[in-house]
Amino acid sequence: MTTDNQHDLITDICTRYGNDKGRMLDILTAVQERLRCIDETSMHTIADTIGCSRIEVEGVVTFYSFFSVERKGDITIRLCDDIVDRFAGMKEISMIFEEELGIKLGQTSDDGRFSIDHAACIGMCDQAPAALINDVVITSLTPESARDIAQKLKTGTPPQELLNSVGDGNNAHELIRAMVNNNIRRFGEVLFDDANTGKGLKQALHQSPQDIIEQVIESGLRGCGGAGFPTGRKWSMAANTPATERYVICNADEGEPGTFKDRVLLTERAELVIEGMTIAARAIASTQGIIYLRGEYAYLKPYLEACLQSQRDSNFLGKNIGNVDGFDFDIRIQLGAGAYICGEESSLISSCEGLRGEPKNRPPYPVEKGYLDCPTLVNNVETFACIARIIERGAQWFNSIGTDDSSGTKLISISGDCDRPGVYELPYGTTVHELLKLAGAEQAAAVQVGGPSGQMIDPTAYGRKICFEDLPTGGAIIVFGSHRNILEIVEYYLDFFISESCGYCTPCRVGNVFLKERIGKIRKGFAELMDLDYLRELSNTVIQTSRCGLGQTSPKPVISSMDNFPLVYSALLKEHPDGMRASFDIQKTLEESRHLAKRRSHIFDTSYDN
Amino acid sequence: MTTETTITFTIDGQTIEGRAGQSIMDAADQAGIYIPRLCDVEGLHPQGSCRVCTVKANGRSTASCTQPIEEGLEVENETRELRNYRRDLVRMLFHEGNHLCPICEASGNCELQAMAYRLGITQASKFPYLQPVRPLDASHPDIALDTNRCIRCGRCIRASKDIDGKHVFGYVGRGIEKQVGVNGSKLSKTNVSIEDYAISPDVCPVGCIIRKGEGFKTPIGARKYDQSIIGTDKKQPGN
Ligand SMILES: Cc1cc2nc3c(=O)[nH]c(=O)nc-3n(C[C@H](O)[C@H](O)[C@H](O)COP(=O)(O)O)c2cc1C
Ligand code: SF4
Ligand code: SF4
Ligand code: SF4
Ligand code: FES
Repeated sequence: MTTDNQHDLITDICTRYGNDKGRMLDILTAVQERLRCIDETSMHTIADTIGCSRIEVEGVVTFYSFFSVERKGDITIRLCDDIVDRFAGMKEISMIFEEELGIKLGQTSDDGRFSIDHAACIGMCDQAPAALINDVVITSLTPESARDIAQKLKTGTPPQELLNSVGDGNNAHELIRAMVNNNIRRFGEVLFDDANTGKGLKQALHQSPQDIIEQVIESGLRGCGGAGFPTGRKWSMAANTPATERYVICNADEGEPGTFKDRVLLTERAELVIEGMTIAARAIASTQGIIYLRGEYAYLKPYLEACLQSQRDSNFLGKNIGNVDGFDFDIRIQLGAGAYICGEESSLISSCEGLRGEPKNRPPYPVEKGYLDCPTLVNNVETFACIARIIERGAQWFNSIGTDDSSGTKLISISGDCDRPGVYELPYGTTVHELLKLAGAEQAAAVQVGGPSGQMIDPTAYGRKICFEDLPTGGAIIVFGSHRNILEIVEYYLDFFISESCGYCTPCRVGNVFLKERIGKIRKGFAELMDLDYLRELSNTVIQTSRCGLGQTSPKPVISSMDNFPLVYSALLKEHPDGMRASFDIQKTLEESRHLAKRRSHIFDTSYDN
Repeated sequence: MTTETTITFTIDGQTIEGRAGQSIMDAADQAGIYIPRLCDVEGLHPQGSCRVCTVKANGRSTASCTQPIEEGLEVENETRELRNYRRDLVRMLFHEGNHLCPICEASGNCELQAMAYRLGITQASKFPYLQPVRPLDASHPDIALDTNRCIRCGRCIRASKDIDGKHVFGYVGRGIEKQVGVNGSKLSKTNVSIEDYAISPDVCPVGCIIRKGEGFKTPIGARKYDQSIIGTDKKQPGN
């Protein structure tokens, strides 16, 4: 592309987004898609066109893993690097792609046609190993299918035409056409009960905002994204902060490894989610909403756009909704670009504002001062879907399901070593044992409840209940059989947090690297008893001093595995009768992890020269 | 709302008065109580990133530079627990970069080094050294940037943006790879000037931003923190 063409292309893209700095993410996504990179020249052009400095653009480009300064292939293959995918044979799949395409992970072919990269969990753990080929999701990869795909790509088959089949339900919809499966294994009484939607919103039209909030409070609904904050309380805080505009944001970033229930909800109950957002808009007096859709789910965007349009056509979105004078509300979709931290609500807001996805200082909280400094309500996809049902069927009905402090049902994503991975809608209070039985995983040796930021429990704890009073979870349950190496899992989770930490604060940025180093030392048999104290103390510092939920929970895999699987650790400790300490080479460990992560570090590569 | 609301709270048991909206750190400074800090400095918006200023407020740990005071709040500052966290954090900052104090021209004026002394970090550390390979940018005639010593405090970024109105510096990358970049391929390609506040000795707490030709003007032994421990200047505890 000539310099002039490139310049015009970029300024056209910027114009499409109103030359608005706040739409930086959309602009970068479009430039990356067309040019396969955002190079020095592009960064300059973007900065000049939207009126900011080049370093601000570079700051955003280098924050998100879907953007790159160096050119990526026309076809970018992102292999899901989650632990479940690894255990399902991703290594072999990855070798096949490397062999067929003649490039290594992290590289781009000389002709610019292909790149192979790793992706953090892409939300397909129930159909692992999975990969993204540009926006197209490929699931349940086998060595044979991987080879076949690679060969077809070489002969020029476009990614969309690689599919031999499409998945169940709406995955077959003409606007989705993905080979993804829903794998809904249990249809509960709240969310998957009835496909008809719209009743909740119709009720809400005749209720006052205060009435709606009262019902949400009475229902006992707690946020389904993980933290479990009482939804009604959050709504009344947003409604009671004086402002001329307020925003409703649906958190569809679903980045916690092992979670995929929001993907299924968006595929099968998108209208219910939109309805919940519209009810929220009425309750807090908002006119604008955003669905923050993780970049990995870009394949759902055309379908969701169509759902929004059909809601507009039925007068459920737009001006004077349901013919109620002055009830105006509309929603746009903000696509993410590969950053787990953007699921944290204040980072998500930064990201919607076109900034690096870093958490904001709190207080003020988003309900007081959020998106564009206005009161902002951020709720999870499932939370909004529950809202629509609560208004439709009543707070009492909802409150009667579940336990005392956890009302309703919970969507659970189960994956790993089980016979029936997928999504289960179950009332709060279900025990881990009951869950494992349903999923065909009664032999489980360890269960990770709530993803990496949750807890790793052992069989003596399977009688515990899934609810906020006992084992809270955003919905991820990952099952590990007795043939799995606990410390490999712990080390993987630390790797995940290291690469997803935003780097803002010292303890999370540096502390997680140190935790991983010591787990590596233990795995190699170089560690002593005192290393366990070291791990506990360091974990405590990271938990106590980190700035947001990521760092405040990242040491949990270490702590909970030490608490619940102490023998795994003690079996690996080295005894030193002579009192000498085993030596350890940090550069060697880093080199190994770099190799594993298939990522070149400009900071820690000794071969890097300026 | 013409009268300022006074808020009464305690730090380590001592009763303090502050104004509504003030951070714990600002109120403490005003009362002559020092809370250790690295990323916060007089005159710039607090960032809350180094976490060295972590205190306990009603039993919960929080960064005192960004946490507002509240009526009746009980703040812990000089406790053994907090000292241990702070030591860990300062060590982390040493270990993620490359610091060789004896040959560093910031030695004696350096807040990181001074904080290590204050916190009594003298023994060999338990943490591994990450030994990053970071470039030195000496392209500018008056200014050099040795990012080996950068602690990512962002003081230069805020100073350039909010005081100089320039955006010479900015963060790039994320996680452990996060670092300070400049608004151009190198420093000489930016509009930085030796006159900028961002380049003044008050801004960079360590020896990362170097004013060329001024090195070792004050001999070692006669420098700021050779005279007194950081945070012991009673009139201005924040300095
Ligand atoms: C590191 C991190 C990642 C998060 N990721 C998500 C996410 O992907 N989806 C989500 O709904 N909440 C996520 N959260 C929780 C959000 O910050 C927030 O609590 C939630 O969106 C609020 O909605 P809820 O009350 O309906 O659960 C995350 C939090 C942290 C700290
Ligand atoms: S804990 Fe700190 S470094 Fe980690 S993600 Fe949160 S703000 Fe970023
Ligand atoms: S910057 Fe400070 S801590 Fe680092 S080497 Fe120089 S004097 Fe020592
Ligand atoms: S260059 Fe200095 S002022 Fe800027 S972030 Fe690094 S240590 Fe802080
Ligand atoms: S001084 Fe408060 S976080 Fe750095």
